[in-house]
Formats: sequence, C-alpha cells, structure tokens
Amino acid sequence: MSRRNWGLWAAMAAGYALLYVPIVSMIVYSFSASRMATVWAGFSTRWYISLFSNEQIMQALARSLTIAAVAASCATVLGTACGLALSRFGRFPGRGLLSLMNSAPMVMPDVMLGLSSLLLFVTLQQALGWPERGMSTIMIAHITLTTCYVTVVVRSRMAALDDSLEEAAMDLGARPWRVFWLITLPLIAPALLAGWLLAFTLSLDDLVIASFTSGPGASTLPMLIYSKVKLGVTPEINALATLIVTVVAIGVVVAGVVMHRREAA
Amino acid sequence: MALANRSAAPLEPWKDPAAQPFLRIEGITKTFGKLYACDDISLDVYRGEFFALLGGSGSGKSTLLRILAGLETPDRGRVLIDGVDVTALPPYQRPVNMMFQSYALFPHMSVAQNIAFGLKQDGMGAGEIKDRVQQMLELVQMPQLGARKPAQLSGGQRQRVALARALAKQPKLLLLDEPLGALDKRLRERTQFELVNIQERVGTTFVMVTHDQEEAMTMSSRIAVMDAGRIVQVSTPAALYEYPSTRFVAEFIGGINLFEGRVLSSDAATRTARIACDAVDGGALLARHADPLPEGTAVSVAVRPEKIDVHESRPQADNVAVGKVRDIAYLGDVSVYHVETESGAVIRVQETHVERSSEPHYDWGETLWLSWPASGAVVLAT
Amino acid sequence: MSSVPNGGWSQLWAEVVRNLFGWFRAVGTEFRTRRGRFVVTMLPMLWLLLFFAVPFLIVLKISFAEAVFGQSPPYTPLIEHAADGATSLRLHAGSYALLLQDPLYVAAYLKSLLFAGVSTLCCLLLGYPIAYGIARARPTWRMLLLVLVILPFWTSSLLRTYAMIGMLKANGVLTGALAAIGLIEPGTAILHTDLAVYIGIVYNYLPFMILPLTATLMRLDFGLLEAAADLGAKPWQAFLRVTLPLSMPGIIAGALLVFIPAVGEFVIPDILGGPDALTIGRVLWTEFFTNRDWPLAAAVAVAMLLLLVIPTLLFEYVENRRERREAQA
Repeated sequence: MSRRNWGLWAAMAAGYALLYVPIVSMIVYSFSASRMATVWAGFSTRWYISLFSNEQIMQALARSLTIAAVAASCATVLGTACGLALSRFGRFPGRGLLSLMNSAPMVMPDVMLGLSSLLLFVTLQQALGWPERGMSTIMIAHITLTTCYVTVVVRSRMAALDDSLEEAAMDLGARPWRVFWLITLPLIAPALLAGWLLAFTLSLDDLVIASFTSGPGASTLPMLIYSKVKLGVTPEINALATLIVTVVAIGVVVAGVVMHRREAA
Repeated sequence: MALANRSAAPLEPWKDPAAQPFLRIEGITKTFGKLYACDDISLDVYRGEFFALLGGSGSGKSTLLRILAGLETPDRGRVLIDGVDVTALPPYQRPVNMMFQSYALFPHMSVAQNIAFGLKQDGMGAGEIKDRVQQMLELVQMPQLGARKPAQLSGGQRQRVALARALAKQPKLLLLDEPLGALDKRLRERTQFELVNIQERVGTTFVMVTHDQEEAMTMSSRIAVMDAGRIVQVSTPAALYEYPSTRFVAEFIGGINLFEGRVLSSDAATRTARIACDAVDGGALLARHADPLPEGTAVSVAVRPEKIDVHESRPQADNVAVGKVRDIAYLGDVSVYHVETESGAVIRVQETHVERSSEPHYDWGETLWLSWPASGAVVLAT
Repeated sequence: MSSVPNGGWSQLWAEVVRNLFGWFRAVGTEFRTRRGRFVVTMLPMLWLLLFFAVPFLIVLKISFAEAVFGQSPPYTPLIEHAADGATSLRLHAGSYALLLQDPLYVAAYLKSLLFAGVSTLCCLLLGYPIAYGIARARPTWRMLLLVLVILPFWTSSLLRTYAMIGMLKANGVLTGALAAIGLIEPGTAILHTDLAVYIGIVYNYLPFMILPLTATLMRLDFGLLEAAADLGAKPWQAFLRVTLPLSMPGIIAGALLVFIPAVGEFVIPDILGGPDALTIGRVLWTEFFTNRDWPLAAAVAVAMLLLLVIPTLLFEYVENRRERREAQA
C-alpha cells in the first residue's frame, strides 16, 4: 500500500488476530502433556497417538470423508448444470424458480434444512419404504445444501468467460455438447475444482443437518466431536483439529503455488 | 476503393438482371423487447462480393450479421444461401463461418489446433487437416507460428489466426465483425489491402460489418448503409459518395455541405433546378437533379467540399458564395476551411497543399470566394 | 401482467389460468426445440424441487399435525380415513397456538434476532477495514491476504467454535490475558454467557462478511477518491460520501449472508452460551430431539421461515440487481 495508514493496519491486524489466535492456541495445546486443555505441562504427542488408536473417531472420520467425497462430486455435477443454465441459457421457463432455489440454501439456517430434509425422508419412507436413514440420507441432504455453493462459483467463472468463444465453436461446426466438452469445460476446470473443494469442506464440517438426517450407527465426525464436547473437553480433539488445520493449510499452499506457476507460464 | 484486378469475375453482377443473388435476405425483423434491432430488412448479395454493412452503433448491423451466422433467430423473415433456406438452421449446420470482433481464439489451444478445430468437427482425416492448416497459415503469412498459443501473439497476428480459422473450412460465406477495429491505424491500412487480396484469391463471398466508413469505402464492392434497424441505401462506394439518396447517407460518408431551400423553378430539358438559398450570390442555387422536382418542394442540396473551388476574387460560375474564414484545420495533406457567409451559413472547403509551406494558404478572417458547378451538387429530399 | 382488472376476481382467475397454460406451452416448446438444454436445466431443477422445495411443504403439513408419542412417525396423519370410508382433513393448530401463547418462543425469536443483529454489526465493523485493506493492497499481497481470510473457513467451524471454549473459559487464553491486564477478575469465565455467543458468531461468520465486501470494493474505482480529494474533500468525507455509498451492495450482501443464517444458529449458542442464551435454533433442536414433539418443531420452523422470507427475497433481489449491473458494465 502506498500510504502508511496506521489505523487501517491496526484494524486489519486485530481482525486477523481474532481469526487466528484461537486456532493457534488449539494447535499449541494439542502438544501439551496435560489433560487440561489449556494448561501447558510439557511437550508430548500422546494425544496424537491416542487419537489414531481411537476406533470410534477413526470410523467416524472415514464415514465423513466418504459422505463428503460423494456429496461433493454429485454437487459439482448439479452445480455445474445450474451454473451453466443460469449464466448461458438466457430466459427459460422456470428460471426464476431455479435461481431462487439456488440462493435460498445459502442463507437458510442449518436447522431448517435439516428438519425439512428429515421430514421428507420420513414421509418417503412411509410411502415408498425408502430411504433408510443413514449415510445415504446424509449424502442426499448434503448434496442439496452444497449444490448452490458450487453454482455460485461456476456462475462467477462463466460470467468472466467470453461467450464469443462458445459462439465461435458453434460457428465452426461443433454441436452444443461438444462445445461444452471441448471449450467450456477445460476453461472452467479450475472453478469446478474449487467448487468441489468447497462442497467437500461444507459437507465434512456439517453438524446440524447430519444430526437430523442420519440413522442409527451412522455417526459422522462432527456429530462425534459434538457429543464429546458436551461431555467435556478432550485433548484428542485438539490433536484432530491440528491435523485438519495442517492438511488444509498444506492443501491451500500447494494450490496457491500451482496456480501461481500456471499464471507465470 | 482498393480496386483489385477483378477481371476474373463479372464486375457488377447486381446490374445484371439475370444474375441470381448468392445470399438473399428477405424481410428480416428482430426485436429485443420493444426495440427493433432489425426492421424488415431485405438485401441481395452476389457471389464473390466483398459486401459491407455500414452504420453507427444501434443501427442493427451486428444483429443482422449474427442472424446470418445463426447466433440469433429472427422474429420474421428468411435467409437463403445459394438457394437454400437456412433460417432455421443452427450455426453448426450452416456453410457460414464468422470472424469475431474479439477474435475469440481458444486460449487453451495452439494456433494450429484453433485452425484445425472446425475441420475436426467435420471429421476430416488427420493428414488432410495438417495440410489444410499449413495452407491456411501460409495464406495469412504466418507459416512458422503454428505451435504458439494465442496469448503469445500480437493483436495483428491474432487477427490473422482468426481469419485463417474462419476460412479453413472453405465456407460459402464469410462474415467479418469489425475485423480491423482493434488494430492501430498503420496496421489497419496494410491489413485492408491484404484482406481484399485474400478474398480475391479465395473467391469466397465476404460480408463485413463496420462503423468506419473509410474501411467500408476502401475494401468493399458494395455497401449497405444502415440506420435504426433499416437499410437506407445500397450502392457501390462511388455511387454512395457522389449520389447519396438521403441526408443521412450524405452526412454519414465523408464531409458534406448541406443547403436547405424550396424549389423555385425546374428545367426538365437540362435537368437543372433553381433552389432558393440566401447563402449564395443571386439567392438561388443551381443544381442538377435526376427526378422531376415540382415547384415549392422543400429540398436539401448536398455539395462535397472538394467540389468547391476557392478564389481570391469573384469568379464566374453556376454557384458563387463569399465569406470569411472562421476555422482552419491543418491535416498535413490538405487544409480544411470553414467559411462563414453573411447569411450565417458555414461552408466547408478544402485545399490540397500542392506546394510545401509551413502555414495554411489562407488566414483567419480572410475573405474568400467559393464556386461550384451545377453538376457538383446533389439534390436530396428533406 | 396487469394489476387486478376491473372485471374482478373471475377475470383475475382467467388470467392466472391463461398464464399457466402459456407457461406449460413454453415448457413444451422448450423441450421440443432445445432438448439438450432442457435436460441440463431439469436435472438440478428436479433435484432441488424434490429435496429442497417439497420438504418445506411437508414441514408445513406436519406443523398442523398433533404429536403422538411412542409411534413412528410420532405425529398424526393429515388425511384421516375413518372406518365408514369418509376422509377428512385433520388440521391441528395447537402447535401454533402454543407458539403465540408461551412467552418462551417469542423471547427466543427476539433473542435470536438480537444475537444475529448485533453480530452482523460487529462483523461489519471488524470486516470492513480488512476488506478495504485487501482491496487496496498490491495484487501479490492481495492474494495472500484473501487466502488468510479463507483459510479458517476451510477448517471445521465446529472445531473453531470448540477452540473458542479454550479461549473463553475460566483461566482460558483470552480470559487469562484479560485478567492479567486487570480488566476482569481472575477465574471468571466468559464462556456460557451471552458475550461468548456474540464472540462465537462474529468469529465464525467474519469471512462471510469480508468476501462480498472485498469483491465490491475491488470493483471500486479508486480514482474517484483521488477526484474527491482534488475537489477538496478530506479523507473521512471522501469515505462517507464516495466509498461508503458505492460499497453498499457489498455491505448488504455481506450483512444478509451473516444475519440470515445467524438467526437460526444452533451450535454456537449451544456450545458457548449459557442456559439463558435460548435462540430459536436451540428451541427447534430441543423440541425435536429432546421433547420429540415433531409438529411443534415444524411449527417453529415455519415461523422461522416466515420471519426470514423477506430478508431472503431481499438477498435474491440485491444479487440479481448486482449481476445485471455487472453484465452491463
């Protein structure tokens, strides 16, 4: 910045501090040998070891990762279709409805989405005998939640994409499907990846909707963490949080480097 | 006009009543909401023409071009190419290709892949594609740049790739959307001649859209002047310039002087009319006209600046005016003078600098005598 | 479409029917002429209709049912088939009556609005300088700063809220530091108070305020500020009269993106708040999971939806306007 604006700098520093101090403190205390999560009692990695040997946590983690991967993939497909339709198809019957159904989940409280999804599943089960509440119902609810986020990402990328590229491809003889496959898709691929990651994170992190829509024996990681937190602070959670933060940080750094490399080329 | 040697093709097919138009546009209308982008447009273009659609923004020329390409569907009307009604056909089924204003080169493909794209969609064999791509690159004089990506090319090079890509499929009709808009002046002039030469060699019918009248005049065989969704006049550049049919066309192309007045008398034998105007000596303009003009009709008389002679003393001529120099524009090769008469009319004249001098010939406030013959003016309906 | 015509309601109905027919005809034409596109739009449309829109109708239906404990599902059906073959519609408005009579629910709504409103304001005050700083930073810095804002968002919000426990409990990191300065008594906890809820919501939702604000501010032409200075405006005047009004779309988008979900927040008040931090989200959860009163929970959800419909439509409207304006630019 050209001017040394101390007020702005201070305000920014305060904001970033607010964002990071809790996380950093959690990381620090994950290495504390003490069971009391905020008392430092010497360096130790015992909580990490205890974490990995905890069957319950590991299973919940596996379940959450699976749900997130499937939900993110489906949401990416649906979200791309939505994004494509809303940005390129002009006015079509039902456009307003689709647009509204895409904005609403983003701003709606989780409890509402959770309750309404569950009631749907219960009704369907009564009428059709399907679905059984469990991982599949969580997946369906997560797909519904995360699709709209993917749509937002895809739409903004499509808006930046010159639509004369697609027109040129059609003019040169490519039918619409081939235009999408050969021209549009390669050019929005980074956005699709970003959308997938966004959907993945949202699914992995969701507590409320999973609580409403899951079935017996299908606990997700957030549900497990929540129940443990209600009982009392366990330091394994610190270790788990640190691991998640580290993985995410590495992922973001790698992505940043790759993108930087690409742009410089 | 870049009068390339057109000895191969008949010079003026539009004059031949037996000639069949290659591209026929019938009654095309297109609205966007309440706005008429194209209002009942009909046009005939002949094979091998370099045809220009000329107009300002909002005139409907780009919309018409997109309708020809198939990127917009008209509300009413038909488009026939070589006798076939293509109105309902989507762009990928028409024998038409377009060179886009922004070039629209696919950024993730190389130059060669860009040019090959259309050929691949047609299912051409790999060897054939390679040959054709090379042929195209040589046509636009870029034989070595096949492997580059569009981001690594200059603006002029990108334009050539766009042209090569559009011509690769040897379309029956090539559409160009403001092809020279993004180039700087010197490059533009050079490219104008190159485009005309390429069109000659390839023999494809070109339809170009432009807002630059110089471009249209230089490159095209015929021009359609458009305004507010309608075609105002279709002629060769020379006819457009010397015989504009309306005020709009007269003002749109080149500089013009316009005098308004009522017809005092008209001589059918010599086809000369006298029109009341207090800017000239004797209070009446003498002008040749084609159609009969009843007395009392309100008309405009258009005189091109270069048709007006400048004198330092009263001359003998059909039309004489006198006034003081109010403004001077020095353009290097010519000087343009705005001469204000006593009646308040401002007449625009120009003088070529046949001698080297650091100053324009005449000075501000100088009194000048202007004259032009009756044949130098065109009578237009107001 | 015109407003209610002179012919009265019958003519209005005729209009509606005619429009509906026209709509169906349009759908049919769309299907015939642009089959590919139709499939592309129908895929997400059908999914969202089935799994997003229809559930709301079901919530509405169940809110009119009576709770029956012990059976699965624990509520009465909407359409009753009596033994003699007669069917009747059973609408039980008791849940709604309870909502209006028991002061608990109204208080919970107001509390939720208070939490969400104050937190939105704090997010704005904290987030605006950050967004402004990011927008004005040099491009290389800007990317880094943005990533630093988004990074906490990628980590689990549940875990971050959990981290807040460590900060706010007695002798926690923040409380310990404040006690050391002397602002509070050592040993007091901010945890399980309303203040903790505010801090928690702001902490979790700050990125949602910063991102739209940054996007809008990045589009701002800072040459305007220079022009204002050239015309004699002091920096704070230029801010108030140029920057602030022009960043309004971003402010509104960010505020709605924080406020609307925050109203229904459950996790943060539940984990960080005390028993008196009863928000409507907690009420819904409690009614559903603890009391097993599904119809009442559904009624709470319907009431919450009605409360939020207007802000949601406002959000949709603002977003559409912004998009249209950007398309023209």
